Amino acid sequence: MEREPGKIVLTQEQQRRRRARSIAIALALGALVILFYVVTLVKGPAVLNRPL
Amino acid sequence: MLVISEGAELARPIVNSPAAVSAHEPSVASVGDYIALMKPRVMSLVVFTAFVGMMMAPGHVHPVIGFTALLCISVAAGAAGALNMWYDADIDALMARTAGRPIPRGRIAPGEAFGFGATLAGFSIALLGLLVSWPAAALLAFTIFFYVVVYTMWLKRWTPQNIVIGGAAGAFPPMIGWVAASGHISIEPCLLFFIVFFWTPPHFWALSLTRVDDYARAGVPMLPVVAGADETRRQILLYSTALALIGATPWLLGYRNAIYGVTALLAGALMIALALQLRNERDRKRADRAARRLFAFSILYLFIVFAVLLIEACVTGPKM
Repeated sequence: MEREPGKIVLTQEQQRRRRARSIAIALALGALVILFYVVTLVKGPAVLNRPL
Repeated sequence: MLVISEGAELARPIVNSPAAVSAHEPSVASVGDYIALMKPRVMSLVVFTAFVGMMMAPGHVHPVIGFTALLCISVAAGAAGALNMWYDADIDALMARTAGRPIPRGRIAPGEAFGFGATLAGFSIALLGLLVSWPAAALLAFTIFFYVVVYTMWLKRWTPQNIVIGGAAGAFPPMIGWVAASGHISIEPCLLFFIVFFWTPPHFWALSLTRVDDYARAGVPMLPVVAGADETRRQILLYSTALALIGATPWLLGYRNAIYGVTALLAGALMIALALQLRNERDRKRADRAARRLFAFSILYLFIVFAVLLIEACVTGPKM
């Protein structure tokens, strides 16, 4: 494949690291979803009760 | 208050290292680089002291809520570390101890580090407020602000008292843990705050005594650079003595039992003994060794004191 002028082409190592970063972000977001779900179960209806 | 001006011109987040990466180049950062950006060793200390504060607090906290609070506090500590590395990238590149950090090494662009730190800071504060408690979240936000703005951006390059005042940022986590569990502040979390507060100067000055050339090259007005090694050793002894007394106050004021009191006093006495040894040492190499010994023991001191507090809280309950 020819390289287009002005377009950045990632090396294999850069692609591998980008993929690893993307997986880490996905895992963090998944963990966040699970955390919200579990905290909602634990708090029950009180989850909406957050007095200052 | 002693002030030097040479370091002030460095107060700009610009990386002059040839390894520095531009925001326009493809990122070469690995997941490990981002973890390093969060200062994991500092995070572990923060989590531990916050956990102790939480366990000592009156009332019951559900394990899931407790875990969430600790997670938010640890992520916030990582965010503060990332923002600190973003702002200090210029001086980090000049010091041997910090030259291997992800930004001076050219693995992460300063803008990426800022975005990472700011995002994590916002998420951790919002999560703590939404899922645990807003007073704890407010305290967490103030702690991040204090570490990044007051300590990193202002005090660090301005005054040799940087670590004394800035040490407050590291002293807040046990208080945040307490507030997350109980919803209020009382004398006990303040005592925990003061233990970490008075522990920080001898801990950091012992380290800086062995890194004087580094700090001088970077223009950071650490006490040994500005006031000399002798004055720093004197101050270390003074703060170690104050720490030994303050470390025993939870027992002296009747909050903890004699086992804690004896442990804190013994650990404090050892801290003073090592500070005295450092004070009396004149040979450069032996003084460096004494400083390293004190630095290593100071970490153990904090661990012992908080571990005994934790064990007592687990055995006898939050309040005696």
